Amino acid sequence: MSEKTASKKVVEGSYAVAHAVMCCRPDVISAYPITPQTHIVENLSQMVADGELDSEFLTVDSEFSALSVLVGVIAAGGRGYSSTTSQGLALMYEVLYNVSGMRLPIVMNVANRAIGAPLNIWNDQQDSIGARDVGWLQIYAEDVQEAVDATLQAYKIAEDKEIRMPIMVCMDGFVLTHVYEPVELLDKEKAREFLPDFQPDSILDPLHPKTFGAFADPSTFTEFRYQQFEAQQKALVKIEKVAREFEAAFGRYYGGLLDGYFLDDAEVVLVAMGSVVGTIKDAIDAMRAEGKKVGLLKVRSYRPFPVQALRKALKDASVIAVIEKDVSIGCEAGLVTDLKAAFYNSNIRTPIIGFAAGLGGRDITIKDIRSIVAKAEAARKGEQPEFEFLNLRTEIL
Amino acid sequence: MEKSLLAPGHRACAGCAMPTTIRLVLDAAGPNTIVVSPTGCLEVTTTPFPESAWCVPWVHSLFENASAVASGVEVMLKRQGKDTNVVIIGGDGSTFDIGMGCNSGMFERGHKVLYVCYDNEAYMNTGVQRSGSTPFCAQTTTTPPGSQSQGNPRPKKDMPAIALAHRIPYVATASVAYPVDLRRKVKKALQANGPSYIQVNAPCITGWTFDAGTMIELARLAVETGLWPLTEYENGELTGVKKVRRPKPVQEYLKLQGRYKHLFKKTECADNLGRIQALADANIARYKLVD
Repeated sequence: MSEKTASKKVVEGSYAVAHAVMCCRPDVISAYPITPQTHIVENLSQMVADGELDSEFLTVDSEFSALSVLVGVIAAGGRGYSSTTSQGLALMYEVLYNVSGMRLPIVMNVANRAIGAPLNIWNDQQDSIGARDVGWLQIYAEDVQEAVDATLQAYKIAEDKEIRMPIMVCMDGFVLTHVYEPVELLDKEKAREFLPDFQPDSILDPLHPKTFGAFADPSTFTEFRYQQFEAQQKALVKIEKVAREFEAAFGRYYGGLLDGYFLDDAEVVLVAMGSVVGTIKDAIDAMRAEGKKVGLLKVRSYRPFPVQALRKALKDASVIAVIEKDVSIGCEAGLVTDLKAAFYNSNIRTPIIGFAAGLGGRDITIKDIRSIVAKAEAARKGEQPEFEFLNLRTEIL
Repeated sequence: MEKSLLAPGHRACAGCAMPTTIRLVLDAAGPNTIVVSPTGCLEVTTTPFPESAWCVPWVHSLFENASAVASGVEVMLKRQGKDTNVVIIGGDGSTFDIGMGCNSGMFERGHKVLYVCYDNEAYMNTGVQRSGSTPFCAQTTTTPPGSQSQGNPRPKKDMPAIALAHRIPYVATASVAYPVDLRRKVKKALQANGPSYIQVNAPCITGWTFDAGTMIELARLAVETGLWPLTEYENGELTGVKKVRRPKPVQEYLKLQGRYKHLFKKTECADNLGRIQALADANIARYKLVD
């Protein structure tokens, strides 16, 4: 990644993302306020109020309406944007399926947050991982800069004629939405060159009347689903391609589907998504200085899940520890089960252990990462459970 | 008559008021119209992929979000400088109940959208379950008469009043049996500078059980008894009422329908026949239906 510190500004993560959205020129922004997403949409409404951004900003009655409005916007030929989190994403659940089934290329920032009960406004990734099967692509950002850049990339991927699928750009709530850090804001003109105006295949047009959202019986339903599945598979190539195009235009690259850190000779490999990746990198720097062969694989694209790329990237690891901020209540957690499934029919027989960590905003520290590495080493000897809630406070159970 | 904008060959029941209602609405709105529909009988009978009965652009998303989708369409059309009608056509389940939040939002935000509810007074698409629009004493599959029940225990929700409470510029009730009145109201609603709402009485042969040939007669009787007054509100003021010369007793309307047959079987139901008559009488007085 090239560093052009001279042009960086210290801004809040939400402002930086809102600025990126402005550079994507949505026709309509439709959103409902929910912590910690609020600063993103507040910034956007100010940009509209100041005439800086020529968009319609709709303040709607719920998250369910927010996304439903965008169904109409895209069907009428516009570019749409929304942002939400947690309970709001859960309330959108029915519309999420609908948007991907109708192949509407909406981009939405998810400011990842826990889902109640118990009510909790802090960061984890239960919300978007719980929506992994709805057909939306999911890209997880490590830091604010990546959230900014991924937002622009997302529109290019979503609107591609081969893809035509909605995308969630996931950024950890508070950790990234409310942090002030140096960011290179996107250049409007360069963004316009990178992302041309939306060219829909067909729109609601009285001169060429078409039916959108028809009902499909058992003789055709499977094929609709297959085409969504196929579009996700095509996105595996497109995400990488767009990441490289972005690098050529803006000089920054984070990996397309995955990114490695000290992976080549790593024996213990940690796998994670989102802002915890930064903490893990710091921990690895410290452990490498001590001669420990620890590496990291960052999963940037969770949907589509890059099975082949994961097999290739992790084939030489001796043990793998997945650290994730979600749990599948009843069976481990999303990323670790998906990773095990990806390896089952391969030659890889590396032990994999999983950790539900940072739930409901609990900090994950460098010390925690060290303890996970120690547990991973124990797992090579079969001395560690397959799945664990990190730092479980047994004294209050 | 010109070619209808709802093509024949759709799969609605013979004797259903819904397609007739939609044809009248589209006749009045004309081809420069985009229709948004929620899930329901209309959607499943007119758009089995890869067929469609719609000769205007049409979009369906979910059961409860037609108003939000239409809001998005309207905002985009305005942005594109297009002067195209946006018309929602949905049943009472989505209108009165599950879509209420989105409807309220669309009315309150002031989108220039005409909402037409074809009101058949129950969830017909799923097999005649009670909705917020089901009238007092009507039998549905979830309000069956029995030793402890005389059908739906509650009166119909006053949806036009809810629409009016949003201070939208045009609200009306209409009937499939009064096509000239319905077409006129659609045209007027489309001229309104903001949201408009028209609720059309649309008998359902399956849910109400009547002879297919009597659908229009039944809808006319609803008006002539005073149970379905034809009203019109412009900018919150009542500006139009269809007069009824000699109101007919409600029994003439009720006895033609299977959904009320229990009222005529048991003597203890006589009180409820009286209560339904009282509802009609209240409408007659409130709207001064008789000169």
